[in-house]
Amino acid sequence: MTHSTAAAASGTTEVVLEASGLTKHFPIRKRGRELLSRGTRGVHAVDDVDLVLRRGRVTALVGESGSGKSTVARLLAQLHPQTSGTLRLGGEEVVVKRGRAFRAYSKRVQMIFQDPFASLNPVHTVRYHLTRALKIHGRAGKTAQDLEQALTDLLTRVQLSPPERYLDKFPHELSGGQRQRVAIARALGADPEVLLADEPVSMLDVSIRLGVLNLLRDLKDRLLLAILYITHDIASARYFADETFVMYAGRVVEGGDSETVTQHPAHPYTQLLIDSAPDPDRPAAEDKDGGSGEPPSLIDPPRGCRFNPRCPFAMDICRTEVPPPFPLDDGPGHFAACWLYGEGAAG
Amino acid sequence: MSDAVLEIRGLNVDYGLGADAVHAVRDVNLTLHRGEVLGLAGESGSGKSTLAYGMTRLLPPPGVVASGEVLYHRDGGDPVDVLRMDHAQLRAFRWAETAIVFQGAMNSLNPVHRVSTQLTDVIKAHDPRSTTASRLARARELLALVGIAPDRLDSYPHQLSGGMRQRVMIGMALALEPRVVIMDEPTTALDVVVQRQILRQLVDLRERLGFSVVFITHDLSLLVEFSDRIAIMYGGRIVEEAAAADLYRDPLHPYSDGLLHSFPALRGPRRELTGIPGAPPDLRSMPSGCSFHPRCPRAMERCGVEVPVLGVPGDRRGSDRTVACWLHPVQDNRF
Repeated sequence: MTHSTAAAASGTTEVVLEASGLTKHFPIRKRGRELLSRGTRGVHAVDDVDLVLRRGRVTALVGESGSGKSTVARLLAQLHPQTSGTLRLGGEEVVVKRGRAFRAYSKRVQMIFQDPFASLNPVHTVRYHLTRALKIHGRAGKTAQDLEQALTDLLTRVQLSPPERYLDKFPHELSGGQRQRVAIARALGADPEVLLADEPVSMLDVSIRLGVLNLLRDLKDRLLLAILYITHDIASARYFADETFVMYAGRVVEGGDSETVTQHPAHPYTQLLIDSAPDPDRPAAEDKDGGSGEPPSLIDPPRGCRFNPRCPFAMDICRTEVPPPFPLDDGPGHFAACWLYGEGAAG
Repeated sequence: MSDAVLEIRGLNVDYGLGADAVHAVRDVNLTLHRGEVLGLAGESGSGKSTLAYGMTRLLPPPGVVASGEVLYHRDGGDPVDVLRMDHAQLRAFRWAETAIVFQGAMNSLNPVHRVSTQLTDVIKAHDPRSTTASRLARARELLALVGIAPDRLDSYPHQLSGGMRQRVMIGMALALEPRVVIMDEPTTALDVVVQRQILRQLVDLRERLGFSVVFITHDLSLLVEFSDRIAIMYGGRIVEEAAAADLYRDPLHPYSDGLLHSFPALRGPRRELTGIPGAPPDLRSMPSGCSFHPRCPRAMERCGVEVPVLGVPGDRRGSDRTVACWLHPVQDNRF
């Protein structure tokens, strides 16, 4: 907590990318009798998400698979057009489809994918991948020496040294951690302001995950990047991120300072998530039966709060009205979208 | 300590033959006791899955078990060596005595058959004289055991969620009441909430039915919570074996220590973590001596030359833990 309040005080909280009311419904194909009906049904992948990425800060988005966290990243990268809602980059509203505008946008907002085994082309060398990124974003310089220098800088930046040893390697010659570093270097090739990291370490071996996370943190401090860290591992969000947002079934249910969210979870879903995470320090007696059930279908999500069918505290209002985010006073910016914290409720 | 069910002695598994062979599992000695959950942890390429396939004789070519024995102790009978069983013996042994739940079990159900068909098929294969009605009753019982409503019996796998498919797989493994269940990363594809539900159910079932579990995973923090004993593999060898609580409190091998410090904690003070520098070794060109020494923060000269022996360390005499590290040399390895 002290860590992030210090960052807030030092004036590094300039908003870079801001999403408000971000919504994405994927249409589904009609079959059988549905062909005769009007209107289209859709998968409510992301509904009404507000998110702010600040310079030099890491924001984590935590959720189970299917909670819509990767869709949020893809919307922020403009790989999908949003159904509704607005994106603001540096204060200006972004309207991007393709072509020049998309390229200009992607120069400032870069993405790293989960699987470094799939995101690098197996038939091309590291040099090719990085050169292409530099050329596309106009940072290759004028001469061959400029390019060589830029390549060396990129690899040094992601701690692949000596750079000459890696430049002419093919992806299969590198380990998972090294591949992910090349993917990060490629993203840095555009000199972005925002880095969207979609589960950047979940495919890597346990012992090298922290190396990559520490590298990202180091880059954030040196280049003042705004990083969105998407993960299913709430413990790593606590370790790595300044702010944490928890998603459930396409909606953000809780958010705030990472330490507050993980130590004093307010939303029943966050509490369930934290109780379920493996924790060797947990006393055996404390292992209470967290709950049953699974996330709902997003084609036909439950009315009201989407967690209500699984929630042990569900009230009548939870089944009818969507809870807005209620601010909580136990940490900076801490909020929970839960009727337990509504004005009428005690506590 | 309770008696042994499965004893692995000096197991070596190679991929390929002759000089080009890659030694994926080397000199593994491991004992599984009755009713215990034995965790097998290691990174990818450490040989943990190869060990599981080697000891059940499920290893596809070019994998070959080069040497060693796997002794299975029957109830009140002489131990039999699984590696020397003939085809018919093996057929009777598999599933009835030892069942396995595979990695990515969610996708190991046949998509074109109903759950009921797949469950009853197992029972029919091992007991051809059973009646259809009794088989169906047993299938219903199995689903109830793993917490699935019996009306799901007629579902196809795609109609079930990932967690339910995983439960069906566990139910299938238990169909013939085996004494040993080997689980190869059974929950990696699942979300934490579902993972915990399934593991809790597994622990509960083990208490009721009394089988032993070999639980293979890369997630050490999960093992500390759910297993009785943990063996840690690195580069094809077991480097440390201890009771789960001992290993967590006081890891002796620097690799175990590094692995335990690779998981950010959910509680307690926020610390700077470093993980382990370097990358797991390439099995085709293993370092000399202790295979961990290039990454080890406490490596000595000796580590690069001699392979440490797994045994009870001299400074922990009388305990039931073993470690293979020159920092804790073995006083007497004829234990």
